[in-house]
Amino acid sequence: MLSTGSDTIQELTVEELRAKVGTGMEIANEEEHLLLSMGPQHPSTHGVLRLLVELDGETVVNLAPDIGFLHTGIEKSMESKTFTKALVMTDRMDYLSPMSNNLGYILAVEKLIGIEAPPRAQAIRVILAELQRVASHLVWLGTHALDLAAMSVFLYCFREREYILDLFEMVSGQRMMVSYFRPGGVWRDLPEEFIPAVRHFLDFFPARLADYEALLTNNPIFLNRAKGVGIISRDDAVSLGLTGPSLRASGVQWDIRKTQPYSGYEQYEFDVPVRTDGDVYSRYQCRIEEFHQSLRILQQALDKLPDGPVNASDRKYVPPPRAELGRSMEAVIHHFKLWTEGFKAPEGFVYQSVESPRGEFACYLRGDGGSKPARVHFRAPSYVNLASLPKMAKNLFMADLVAIIGSIDIVLGEIDR
Amino acid sequence: MGIEQKLGTMGVVTHRLEDLVNWGRTNAMWPILFGLACCAIEMMGSQASNYDASRFGMELNRPSPRQSDLMIVAGRVSRKMAPVVRRLYDQMAAPKWVIAMGDCASCGGIFNNYAIVQGVDEIVPVDVYVAGCPPRPEALINGIMTLHEKIRGEKLKDWA
Repeated sequence: MLSTGSDTIQELTVEELRAKVGTGMEIANEEEHLLLSMGPQHPSTHGVLRLLVELDGETVVNLAPDIGFLHTGIEKSMESKTFTKALVMTDRMDYLSPMSNNLGYILAVEKLIGIEAPPRAQAIRVILAELQRVASHLVWLGTHALDLAAMSVFLYCFREREYILDLFEMVSGQRMMVSYFRPGGVWRDLPEEFIPAVRHFLDFFPARLADYEALLTNNPIFLNRAKGVGIISRDDAVSLGLTGPSLRASGVQWDIRKTQPYSGYEQYEFDVPVRTDGDVYSRYQCRIEEFHQSLRILQQALDKLPDGPVNASDRKYVPPPRAELGRSMEAVIHHFKLWTEGFKAPEGFVYQSVESPRGEFACYLRGDGGSKPARVHFRAPSYVNLASLPKMAKNLFMADLVAIIGSIDIVLGEIDR
Repeated sequence: MGIEQKLGTMGVVTHRLEDLVNWGRTNAMWPILFGLACCAIEMMGSQASNYDASRFGMELNRPSPRQSDLMIVAGRVSRKMAPVVRRLYDQMAAPKWVIAMGDCASCGGIFNNYAIVQGVDEIVPVDVYVAGCPPRPEALINGIMTLHEKIRGEKLKDWA
């Protein structure tokens, strides 16, 4: 019946799934416990995650994630595109924070070919990456609250997110899939209405943030659902490789922006929020505090935004400006070469990590002397963070599992790639 | 509504059943709560405060396929997901419609590779294609309006 090309594809039943994940998941009591397949179409799995849950009544005894429902072959597809053109693929991995993905990949490319973006481009990157963090956390907050049956927070969060998407559209022409950062700089300089618009955002957003907090932070229903739920200890968090707010909520001060600064993050003053309880509520507090810190960085970046070019001057890597094409034959040749063949990168590999809204996003990039990457691999924070789910949800209720999935803020596009 | 003016003293209004049913179907559409990838975020955006799809009679998404009559395939369909999409479609009660939202669902988009089904119309019948990567919320709403137009033209003799 189902034909999707060459092979016949079949859906896995729960029994087959159990056989498949059997080595990874111990089933405590096969006779009496219920094995439940949650997802891939489920309102609270934040995408197409499938969980095989072993239930004793209402209590989660054990669970195993079944991923790959959104496998897109992004890493492989990038090998057939030039370094610049492969950029569009990175947008579509973690689709809640395309700017961070772009940044991680572009920094890796720049490291490989050995060029650096001018100071203005670096400051622009910081501004947009922090706006992206705010936008991404807004989606997290909205959907997390929605999972816990607080509908209004979702509507408020999306109102503010639209404002940020308008800012992105202003600079790049696209709301979500921006591809704005390019090797050696950014696509174009900021339009003149951008800075006032961001300042306006900084003016009104703190009050909106106070509104969200008024709705949730001391709300007894939210506290009951969040406090003491889904605890992960500091040691477990470190050994599982958790990063981002999920790690910091367990008491580890670890932020790539502080430990391995990139794009000039060392010039900005900001704190890394840390909580020690490691539960859903701590993760909520950490992210709420990150909103405030992102606003601080934005304020400083706007105040100190340097003048100057937004692209490196090396014509072997950065295409010439449009105006030069009419005057200089050399510029035409460079333009043609860059958009047809692309630039060549030396042999070797680089590893570059950035702090995405979800944690440590890193790009491993290998060049073989040609104009296309020989291998690209991404360290996706959602993928690693998801591994902590069985530990967090053990011996809790099914309804708590929903709260925990929301609190670790996974994006399936990034997990499956 | 003005319907009381048409009722007259008899309390009766005459109308073509076809139009009445089609009118009802367009204005109370229940999409299935089912997002795949990037487009799902724009779909959420189109239902949130700024664009508010409930203006067009789509107040709520139903998480269960049994309760819904519109499937918005929002995002790329991988080969592993394809049987699930088909299963969901089969579980929906007729009459049912499908919107392929975005380039990936329409034709595979930029992902012309081993992992992605090249257009969801390989596995389910699609009524409306919405272009864009991802389409703006306005584009999705336009797609929904196009579907409404299509439904308004449906004939009684074609109802199975």
